[in-house]
Amino acid sequence: MVEVTLWGALGQLAGGRSKVEVEAKDIRELFRKLAEQYPALEPWIEKGIAVSIDGVIYRDTWGKRLPEGAEIFLLPRLAGG
Amino acid sequence: MNFDPRFSGRKFASVGTRPVRPDGVDKVTGRARYGADFNMAGQLVGRVLRSPHAHAIIKKIDTSKAEKLSGVKAVITAKDLPDLTDGDAGMYDVLDNCMARTKALYDGHAVAAVAAVDARTARQALKLIEVDYEVLPHVTDVDEAMQHHAPLINEATFTEGLEEKPVKPSNVTKRSQFGHGDVHQGFGHADHIIERSFKTEQTHQGYIEPHACVASVNLDGTAELWVCTQGHFVYRQHCAQLLGLEASKLRVTSSEIGGGFGGKTHVWAEPVALALSRKAGRPVKLVMTRDEVFRASGPTSATSIDVKIGARKDGTITAAEATLRYTSGPYAGTWAEIGAMTAFACYKLDNVKTVGYEVLVNRPKTAAYRAPSAPMAAFAVESAIDELAKEIGIDPVEFRIKNAAQEGTRSSYGPVYGPIGIGPTLEAAKNHPHMKAPLKANQGRGMACGFWFNFGGQTCVDLNIGMDGSVSLAVGTVDVGGSRASLSLVAAEELGIDYSQLKAIVADTSSLGYNDMTDGSRGTFSSSMATISAARNAIKILRDRAAQMWDVPVDDVIWEKGHAIAKGEKYGNLSPLSLKEIAAQSGKTGGPIAGHSELVADGAGVSFATHICDIEVDPQTGATRVIRYTVVQDAGKAVHPTYVEGQYQGGAAQGIGWALNEEYIYGKDGRLQNPGFLDYRIPVCSDLPMIDTQILEIPNPNHPYGVRGVGETSIVPPLAAIANAVSNAAGVRMTHIPMSPPRILAAIEAERKG
Amino acid sequence: MAGIAVSTTINGDGVEYLCQPDETLLDVLRDRLGLTGAKEGCGTGDCGACSVIVDGRLVCSCLVLGAEAEGRKVETIEGMAHGEQLHPLQQKFLEHAALQCGICTPGFLIAAKDLLEKNPSPTEEEIRFGLAGNLCRCTGYDKIVRAVQDAATMMKGA
Repeated sequence: MVEVTLWGALGQLAGGRSKVEVEAKDIRELFRKLAEQYPALEPWIEKGIAVSIDGVIYRDTWGKRLPEGAEIFLLPRLAGG
Repeated sequence: MNFDPRFSGRKFASVGTRPVRPDGVDKVTGRARYGADFNMAGQLVGRVLRSPHAHAIIKKIDTSKAEKLSGVKAVITAKDLPDLTDGDAGMYDVLDNCMARTKALYDGHAVAAVAAVDARTARQALKLIEVDYEVLPHVTDVDEAMQHHAPLINEATFTEGLEEKPVKPSNVTKRSQFGHGDVHQGFGHADHIIERSFKTEQTHQGYIEPHACVASVNLDGTAELWVCTQGHFVYRQHCAQLLGLEASKLRVTSSEIGGGFGGKTHVWAEPVALALSRKAGRPVKLVMTRDEVFRASGPTSATSIDVKIGARKDGTITAAEATLRYTSGPYAGTWAEIGAMTAFACYKLDNVKTVGYEVLVNRPKTAAYRAPSAPMAAFAVESAIDELAKEIGIDPVEFRIKNAAQEGTRSSYGPVYGPIGIGPTLEAAKNHPHMKAPLKANQGRGMACGFWFNFGGQTCVDLNIGMDGSVSLAVGTVDVGGSRASLSLVAAEELGIDYSQLKAIVADTSSLGYNDMTDGSRGTFSSSMATISAARNAIKILRDRAAQMWDVPVDDVIWEKGHAIAKGEKYGNLSPLSLKEIAAQSGKTGGPIAGHSELVADGAGVSFATHICDIEVDPQTGATRVIRYTVVQDAGKAVHPTYVEGQYQGGAAQGIGWALNEEYIYGKDGRLQNPGFLDYRIPVCSDLPMIDTQILEIPNPNHPYGVRGVGETSIVPPLAAIANAVSNAAGVRMTHIPMSPPRILAAIEAERKG
Repeated sequence: MAGIAVSTTINGDGVEYLCQPDETLLDVLRDRLGLTGAKEGCGTGDCGACSVIVDGRLVCSCLVLGAEAEGRKVETIEGMAHGEQLHPLQQKFLEHAALQCGICTPGFLIAAKDLLEKNPSPTEEEIRFGLAGNLCRCTGYDKIVRAVQDAATMMKGA
């Protein structure tokens, strides 16, 4: 079980929660279960969300493991120059 | 792939040296080929007709006269680019921006295009196209666009991110919010509070090379595109989607790129050139004029920002809050969101809240500009920080050091930081001789900090070893400022060979796997990771071949300093085999030797910088002169330090231009008044002093060599650093960027009048 | 439409071409003669990327008509190196990394060559004003000025 913090806009879609608990071993499972538990999040996940694991931001790595007790943050996907 | 990206702390032989870049000689002899330097047999000239109105319904377009003109081979409108975006709202906006479908949304919006035998005929043809417009009221100012009576740019826009779904449409596409703690409570603990509003005007990346491409669509559904871009694989995908082509049948070659800075990350002219080529049955070259670049490519946002920061008497910040409004042009964007994330990222804050509003206006679609959105937010925050330090009576550097984020700090955008460089850059700035240098009359010193995330992303590299032992490196991230040199250094390091044995190129989309574009300061970070991985894969093969040559088990062969070595006393008589010797026998030991790598480079370390500058203000005219400028920035590891310095200096110079001169000026008619380098004045050589740099190296734990991105952060602090210097020199707080002479003079006179 | 016949000298070689009355020297160089080293950054004489030397005078080739080259001597970036030997400015631009994207580099080299021919020992300020007609958006000019200073020293020693 990992605790996931959602940024403002996502939190609203998850029924006003800023933190949710999800049973997930990697980013792929996290996305799948979030979409199951909170269907309103699905289009955002489809568009692309970044996942911060202990402060390191991952963009496209489904296979990335979510260590027990890690700090997990969902963030908007960013544009750069 | 079992690739371990963790920092290893090795000693370097090649990395950190400063050789001449592999593409250098071509660039000093005029041989390097940029977007407009390529031609195909039978090529036509493409030109685009643009809306003169900021906001207008396109009632009718009559192209018949243009089509009849001798030498015209194709005329297209939005009808020739049917909507194939299949519900993808972002791509639909790209399509509409390439060629207006029902409404022209800004001065310069493309409405039709022609391909003709020469430029003169193409220009004549444009004049023969008749467009019937119904002009609508327009809005270009960010604050005005948010008013409830403002003209609506898109009536189907309802603000996302509000607690209650809005019932009326608005020009605000989205509200976003970040932060933690309780700012209300935090301000309650403050002894001093600064609250200010700031504005920044829209600026352009100002790359010297206008957008240019040559498109050739064949009758069999294949196509070629030569183009200056920061991401040819991304352009391939977007063009294929918009034109209904199969991606792998569209071969995109990235030319040398004459500057991008985020501005060459989106397609504008390319789908138009392909559509013209398809219709004409011939290759089409389309080159934007400078006027078109300003009016119709992707400048950065204009902004309006409110900041409130509170601190105790001892200099501890108790709460920080900001509301950020960013223009995104006539289409939805996420620019304020990025501003809201970066605004307070330098600081350790218990109570912080930022709110961003994305605002539609009748201006060109906003694109990324070097650490997009961060410079404006930093301008507002770092100005208020300076003012607060002054009010408390504490040195501005000490104030920042006291409140700087560090390893373990919860960032203002959410996650907790790993090892970061804000503290060290501040300490280095504090101890820099620049801080103690004397100032003359009318001169002021300012400093400011800046933050940028840095990205990684999808990356692919091929490393091929020739039979003579030379090595070619094919990368897929476009080289915007010397990355072929830095990647060659990395390959030389890993293989243990000399830099001169290598040649790096940027491969086209048919020769290499997909790569994300060169953005987010990711070029050297990501491709060096893939290069290291590719080199390690090649070394596995080299060891295997050496084992064959010696007839010993491969496990007994190690790779060291460019040689295979048979380890163990029983091999005492075997002299090491060089890469060259192994390569010479490759035809007999199993064929070509190569190393490939496909990966997602993750873990780009965040980056911080602190800038110091001295500005002289003429109190009679408001004119400014930059007297001295110093950049201190964390690079993680500077692979080619000269090019790292170049990134620091270039970002600072762009920031100086933004701070003091550059701005989009719109007339009451919604038309851009200064679409040229004469009136949109970027810094020239005589405007600037030498720009001193200090590279700090706080290794990124998620890269084998500790590399962080370095390209973007350097544009974040200048707006604020210069505003603080000007404010100190002129004795009046400047809150509107650019601080052009009239604005400074007006501020000085207002202060005099009290 | 009949063209104007022009006979000129480019980088020491006699060249003849036909051009239209409204065609710029830059267009002739790039589109008719294949000399694409001069770049069009603005077309209005503001950026200097198209700098060439005509009869010893530094000009923006986008502001000169192709027909005006009649009987003159034109020097472009393609003629700057001699055989295998780079001009000292070209060498120093490489050593100092005075280019990033490189689009402005031909114009800067031509402008710097013109400057050093007229003033072999320029001060930093003279270099900065001498090159103020050329825009560079990548480097902040620091390394360009240093490269020109270093080249000037090298050329005086030669």
